[in-house]
Amino acid sequence: MFELQTINMLLEGIRDTVYMTLTSTLAGYALGLPIGVILAVTDKDGIRPNRIIYRILDVISNILRSIPFLILLIVLIPFTRFVVGKSYGSSATVVPLVICAAPYIGRLVESSLKEVDKGVIEAARSMGASDLDIIFRVMLVEARTSLVTGATIALGTILGYSAMAGTVGGGGLGDIAVRYGYYRYQTDIMVVTVLLIIILFQIFQTIGMKIAKKVEKRK
Amino acid sequence: MALIELHGVSKTYKQPEGSVHALKNVDLQIEKSDIFGIIGMSGAGKSTLVRCLNFLERPTEGEILIDGKNLADLSEKELRKQRSETGMIFQHFNLLMQKNVISNVCFPLRLLKVKRKEAEQRALDLLKLVGLEDKAKAYPAQLSGGQKQRVAIARALASSPKILLCDEATSALDPQTTESILQLLKEINREMGITIVIITHQMSVVQEACNKVAIIEDGQVAETGEVEKIFNAPQSKAGRRLIYGEGSEAIRKMESSNKMSVGKKVRIVFTRNSSFEPVIANMILHFRTPVNILRANTGNIGGVAKGDMILGLPEDIRLQEEMEQYLQDHGLEVQEVEKDV
Repeated sequence: MFELQTINMLLEGIRDTVYMTLTSTLAGYALGLPIGVILAVTDKDGIRPNRIIYRILDVISNILRSIPFLILLIVLIPFTRFVVGKSYGSSATVVPLVICAAPYIGRLVESSLKEVDKGVIEAARSMGASDLDIIFRVMLVEARTSLVTGATIALGTILGYSAMAGTVGGGGLGDIAVRYGYYRYQTDIMVVTVLLIIILFQIFQTIGMKIAKKVEKRK
Repeated sequence: MALIELHGVSKTYKQPEGSVHALKNVDLQIEKSDIFGIIGMSGAGKSTLVRCLNFLERPTEGEILIDGKNLADLSEKELRKQRSETGMIFQHFNLLMQKNVISNVCFPLRLLKVKRKEAEQRALDLLKLVGLEDKAKAYPAQLSGGQKQRVAIARALASSPKILLCDEATSALDPQTTESILQLLKEINREMGITIVIITHQMSVVQEACNKVAIIEDGQVAETGEVEKIFNAPQSKAGRRLIYGEGSEAIRKMESSNKMSVGKKVRIVFTRNSSFEPVIANMILHFRTPVNILRANTGNIGGVAKGDMILGLPEDIRLQEEMEQYLQDHGLEVQEVEKDV
């Protein structure tokens, strides 16, 4: 029903969206996972409480999470230009997506790690485990189901945000929806892009939950 | 020199509502190869006490010597090494739920950087010892409570510790499973010479497994000594309350409901084979006066018939004395039971 050109554009849109989402999530975890671990460890009930470090990370991540994504996107334009050389297109969108996702992922990781049974940590401690042993061999292992579920949630959220970046020329399916659906009144293209986003979301969600179930050995 | 020595150990928790004194000036000596029971009601401080033995909790005052080494003098690294030489098991087992049985048993060895192959061989040997070699690949969630505790015991033994600390290790288990876990602990003590410290609130656990006991109340040691001596004649109020058990509560209720009048209450303890003789029945025939059996508890503990009874003797004072003499002559321990227990 569409011309070949349109179909190609939509395929490129899918590719760009998947690229933005996966890259941002991976980079988001590279930053957010350590943040989450440090938050969980330095919390007052953590294995090495430290009020100052906890407070600093707590405040920074709260500030970043409280700025609406669209505003963050615009505020970060100079920084984005500095990092990738331009402020539009899918690679440029990855920068604000990572900045936005990292503290969010940090919180998800923190809450997953806090679910780990204190008794198991105490048992590891009684066997002579160091703090690093406890983080890598106990907390991250025992919390893995919750961590995978959290990653699935993060992936879905970042997919949504990547579409939002379309309003400022971010590339991907969101960009197509805004350009054709909003500026050119081509409702059919917009409907298709929305459907594609929904399908992508479902695929991510299904894969994430499958993995979570696979790594769950507690029942 | 005792293997474990505590000198004036106190632990105070500072809280906004004020200080909580969990332990107050505790002195204890635990000899090598003892099975040492630490018994007390909930909140008596016994869990804090056992955590001080591997410095999971640092005492606020006093010192703890293991094998002559003062734990407070150890560096962080030395302390971790010391902990690996002290196994610990818990009420809720505390296994890694995402790891299978053999990985759980390997865990302390992997912490010590033992090679995987070697660790697995040792783990299999230990699983054989606790009777679970066929469950090596199972996950903890697939095991019963008793099996989980066996895995926890195997794990605690993996690094060949000298001491095994048991924190309410049988409190979440049914009586039969408790019995079998205690048998396993005794076997480990006998065959490997490992010193075992058992924290419990059940006198039956102490009687079944321990040779020595300390009774803890309100953060203090109320009394300590050989199990048999303390069971036969507890000196402290806390000891009497634990040993006479809930029976004394029932007696008080019966009395207050006025359905029964009793002159004097005595507790008799059966030792050796005396519970096989019908001592009470013979006494009744001898004096031609009935006595009230207010509570009885007998059983086979460690192959010896043991138990105790609380009797209500008649009101005649001369008869009371004669009866007590009769019981003593037949080899029973007799003590008067006071109102407060």
